[in-house]
Amino acid sequence: MSETQIDRSFSAFTKHLRQTEISLPADLIAQSLDELNGKSFPTTRIEAWKYTRLTKLSKLSPTFAVQHEGVNSASFAIHSTGNRVVLENGALHLNTTQFEAVNGLSIKRFSECSTEELQHIGSLLTLENEPFNALNTAFLQEGIFIQIDDNAQIDAPIELIHLLSKVECAATIRVFIHVGKFAKAALTMGTWSAGADKSILNAVSEIHVSEGAHFTLRKLQSEEEGNFQICTEEIEQKKDSVFTMHTVTLNGTLVRNNVRVRVNGTNCETNLYGAYLLKGNQHADNHTVIDHMMPHCLSNELYKGVIDEQATAVFNGKVFVRKDAQKINAFQSNGNVLMTDTASVNSKPELEIYADDVKCSHGSTTGQLDEEAVFYLQSRGISERSARNLLVEAFIGEVLDKNNNQDFTNKTNAILNARFGWER
Amino acid sequence: MITIKNLHASIDGKEILKGLNLEVPAGQVHAIMGPNGAGKSTLASVLAGREDYEVTDGTVDFDGVDLLELSTEDRAREGMFLAFQYPVEIPGVSNVNFLRTALNEIREYKGQEAISAKDFMAMVREKSAIVELDAKLASRAVNEGFSGGEKKRNEIFQMAMLEPKLAILDETDSGLDIDALRIVANGVNKLRSEKNATIVITHYQRLLDYIVPDVVHVLYNGRIVKSGPKELALELEEKGYDWIKAEQEAK
Repeated sequence: MSETQIDRSFSAFTKHLRQTEISLPADLIAQSLDELNGKSFPTTRIEAWKYTRLTKLSKLSPTFAVQHEGVNSASFAIHSTGNRVVLENGALHLNTTQFEAVNGLSIKRFSECSTEELQHIGSLLTLENEPFNALNTAFLQEGIFIQIDDNAQIDAPIELIHLLSKVECAATIRVFIHVGKFAKAALTMGTWSAGADKSILNAVSEIHVSEGAHFTLRKLQSEEEGNFQICTEEIEQKKDSVFTMHTVTLNGTLVRNNVRVRVNGTNCETNLYGAYLLKGNQHADNHTVIDHMMPHCLSNELYKGVIDEQATAVFNGKVFVRKDAQKINAFQSNGNVLMTDTASVNSKPELEIYADDVKCSHGSTTGQLDEEAVFYLQSRGISERSARNLLVEAFIGEVLDKNNNQDFTNKTNAILNARFGWER
Repeated sequence: MITIKNLHASIDGKEILKGLNLEVPAGQVHAIMGPNGAGKSTLASVLAGREDYEVTDGTVDFDGVDLLELSTEDRAREGMFLAFQYPVEIPGVSNVNFLRTALNEIREYKGQEAISAKDFMAMVREKSAIVELDAKLASRAVNEGFSGGEKKRNEIFQMAMLEPKLAILDETDSGLDIDALRIVANGVNKLRSEKNATIVITHYQRLLDYIVPDVVHVLYNGRIVKSGPKELALELEEKGYDWIKAEQEAK
């Protein structure tokens, strides 16, 4: 069969998938099905997918694999204590899920939510021309609802483990998080695979950060090569809130991160930090949007990547400052080091500013390691390999060190050590 | 310590060193002077193993080892040290982290155990005092935001830490004020011993008032054309290099 005869429609892609059994609002399901009906996978002619080819993914017809393959999913845990939700191939893995009663924290499945609670699902999510959001709605397997009460400070870790363990399977998961007023909490999300191939994780998180709340999301993405991941976070911040996100991408054939923060309140702080270390034939694509809708806010965005062998990366960072959003300080920076001639990156910072009293900056750099620095280190007795590692670590360390959670750092370092031979 | 015979080296097909001979025994300091473009920095680069240069002929015996067969890092591990004319800034890599890595790789090469953190820090304190380098600079990123004088002092600090058999100072004096020059020179003098040797490459005689050489060589047109006692440096300072050039052309 020639390439052109392959059906790249969503109907072919979803032919083995079941429509969701979760009682989401009916209009959302209808709209999502409508979005997918008769549609094909986005091609590189679509701006949002210009540098990310979905061809390989579109050829798949994954199934939902509910049975567990006896993988020790707890071994992927970043934290040893606290609340842990394990989702294997999109299904809740009850044996390794651990709940620890914490005052002010409630974690439950969508199937356990009231109709009233379910009405909030999807309120932040754009469906139009967003086929993966539509897929995540119409074919949703499991939803996790996390509520942090007003004024609660949750110190115990909350961790979500996404694990793919079968061949050509799909996992569609929604996480809904409501952080109450003046509450403080953090969520760790790890994406892993064990024995999976040609499988895809489609995870959407909707995060509401209320007035005066502080919330941190830490993502560690380390699925084995051969697997796909489309990860979407939609965040809304209310006034005086702080939202911080760390995205560390270390493996996976195709990883697409869509992050959109609506800063819908004054005096907010938004921090987006991303690190991607790629090799082999990996491809990582970070699309971020920070939408400053209200005045007197600060946003910091720092993404850095080290791209080795034939790997490719994309960074697209949009910052909007709306007309009445005065006194905004918005900083964005993307830096890349290409370790080989065959590695590549497409970096596109975009600022759209409609207010006139703002301080915004953006910068994008791409280069090789400084060979003079390599020689300098070698001339002191350091091997070429160690010299390059020292320089790469120093480069990526700037963003990795923004994370202040020791468990997360330890796990990141352990993978870096195993995968790249680094000792940090 | 080092014996260079008939060394020829070129860059981009252009021959810079044209049959250089030089012998520096242990316990001695030799100065190499010469006009711009004579090949002074090329010699330093070739000895340190910079890959841009191609050695087309000659031999370099470094304390019984064929130097030209070694990689840059192995030359350092065998005890060669080059103080850079332009020390490189390395953001994000701390001086101490870098030096501990270097020290331990050298020790590993020699089959020695890694240095303990405690011993290492004691060594940093002791050696940074030799060049009056603020302990804060030792923990900062390598050369980042250092003044010209601080960079050169940092070079000598590294030399003190690594305890080389042969140190090559490539125009370490350039751009230094008299105070910085004195500090750097004092550092070098404190590190002199019967077991090591130093090659001082310079344009200016003034450095040699502080680091007194046993022999002064004149490098011209890719070769050592004249060697003499320290007074030769004064003569060069006074008369310039034209008489050397004239002498050479007369040959």
